[in-house]
Amino acid sequence: MADLSTIIHNIKLKNPVLTASGTFGYGVEFDDFLDVNLLGGFIVKGTTIHPRQGNAYPRMAETASGMLNAVGLQNGGARYFATEIYPKLTKYETNVLVNVSGSTVEEYVACAEIINELDRIAGIELNISCPNVKEGGMAFGTSCPSAAAVVSAVRKVYKKTMIVKLSPNVTDIAEIAVAVEGAGADGLSLINTLLGMAINAETRKPVLSTITGGLSGPAVKPIALRMVWQVAQAVKIPIIGLGGIMNATDAIEFFLAGASAIQVGTANFIDPLSIVKIISGIDNYLNRHKFSSINDIIGCLQM
Amino acid sequence: MRKSVQNLKVIANLRLNDDHHLLQLYVPDDLENIFPGQFANILVDQSQSIFLRRPFSIHAVDYQKNIISILIKEVGEGTRSLAHTPADSYLNVIFPLGKGFTLPVSKEKVLLVGGGCGVAPLLHLAQVLSGNKNDVNILLGARSSVDLVELDQYASYGNVFTTTEDGSHGEKGFVTNHSIFSVKLDSFSKIYCCGPEPMMKAVASKAKANSVWCEVSLENTMACGFGVCLCCVTETIQGHKCVCTDGPVFNINQLKWQI
Repeated sequence: MADLSTIIHNIKLKNPVLTASGTFGYGVEFDDFLDVNLLGGFIVKGTTIHPRQGNAYPRMAETASGMLNAVGLQNGGARYFATEIYPKLTKYETNVLVNVSGSTVEEYVACAEIINELDRIAGIELNISCPNVKEGGMAFGTSCPSAAAVVSAVRKVYKKTMIVKLSPNVTDIAEIAVAVEGAGADGLSLINTLLGMAINAETRKPVLSTITGGLSGPAVKPIALRMVWQVAQAVKIPIIGLGGIMNATDAIEFFLAGASAIQVGTANFIDPLSIVKIISGIDNYLNRHKFSSINDIIGCLQM
Repeated sequence: MRKSVQNLKVIANLRLNDDHHLLQLYVPDDLENIFPGQFANILVDQSQSIFLRRPFSIHAVDYQKNIISILIKEVGEGTRSLAHTPADSYLNVIFPLGKGFTLPVSKEKVLLVGGGCGVAPLLHLAQVLSGNKNDVNILLGARSSVDLVELDQYASYGNVFTTTEDGSHGEKGFVTNHSIFSVKLDSFSKIYCCGPEPMMKAVASKAKANSVWCEVSLENTMACGFGVCLCCVTETIQGHKCVCTDGPVFNINQLKWQI
């Protein structure tokens, strides 16, 4: 068995497989299927300072090799998370991170302050890339000054590991990554969903209530790989790669492009056991290629 | 029964009419306590266009033979592919999912109303209600007599009434035009309904007008089926609820339907 352990800033992961926010609930939804502690860690659903009902139904459209969603950060709010959800998560031994979102810099800060008080939360993933909310979200992640502003404001109040989740809906993602690194991010995760749209030709109406939504699944993987590779050339902080990872081979491709860890997202919907298969598949790959550690392949794309 | 992901062998694939197929799936592990109204989320074939699983009501359960049955109507590419799954092949199924119908505590006179594909969960429900010695009445609506499948099975669990749009079987018209709704509906203590949303709203409206308890089974599009994608929500008096985990069965008083 190869050494699968990796480090994202101060967080030691026993293996480099995490789950993407919004695709793994609060972990407990998977207890019937598998031992959640097998994961390197998981990132719970996007949390905002105030409770959010999310967008109206329909929120989902199946597309070629993927899907669009427009959930719109439905969650019970940071205080609800701290009092009702967090106590249920302390049973897990693996790393738990919270995805933090907001409509204003003040909301991000207030939410991060509440999460900062929760001992067993290893870090936050700052979501400056949600395409499904009217205010904030992706707007912060699409310009260097606004991305840097929210990251530096949260940095002042959040003491543990702060990952920043980047939007692919930009002209130059490396430029945003550099700005976020300069503002104090400890790591980056990329990519969030790509802004897309589905139309029902028969009814001549948009499929989603919000008209546009976020595209995920294998359809976005080539774009995600390209962006991870570009950002890996531009920053020194670790990168968590995600975007259409369905199996171990997909995951290996992200490590080669420069990711120190990966997140499994949409695949969780289709096969709740895919994360377990991906972890063992990575081990098989390393053994087959006679690498003793996952670190031997991170950023080792042969040019 | 705890939900799980299993590869189930297709024991038989029975063609009921032009577009309805009945798949009988063998469950190798212990099969216990599947509640009427629960569903299964089935992997199609991972082709480019059919990316997500397809959810189906569990149509019938045979605890002696360890078989669950799925009624499939061909409506698109995914259902067409599943409907033609050959016997002896395997399907990857996540089940049982969701919460089922609320069953009567004592012997009650109940009405089950199904339209189109929505009849799927009602056979299992009728089976359980009949087993618990309730007075089971089943009203099924379809476009034409050929679309009414398995009437004999329903009849073994209760009184069957039918409507067809072309008048080829039972009363002519929509299910909600049936004369059962013109007599005193409050002779029924519970109404269970599954079918197209306009039909369920019409039934719910009649139930509400007669102050009869009524549950409906919704089928919003979903990505996961077990409460993590939050895509299948319906508006309730307590805010958005997931059809997959909080439902698919809801009491009409919980929903914000304009009825």
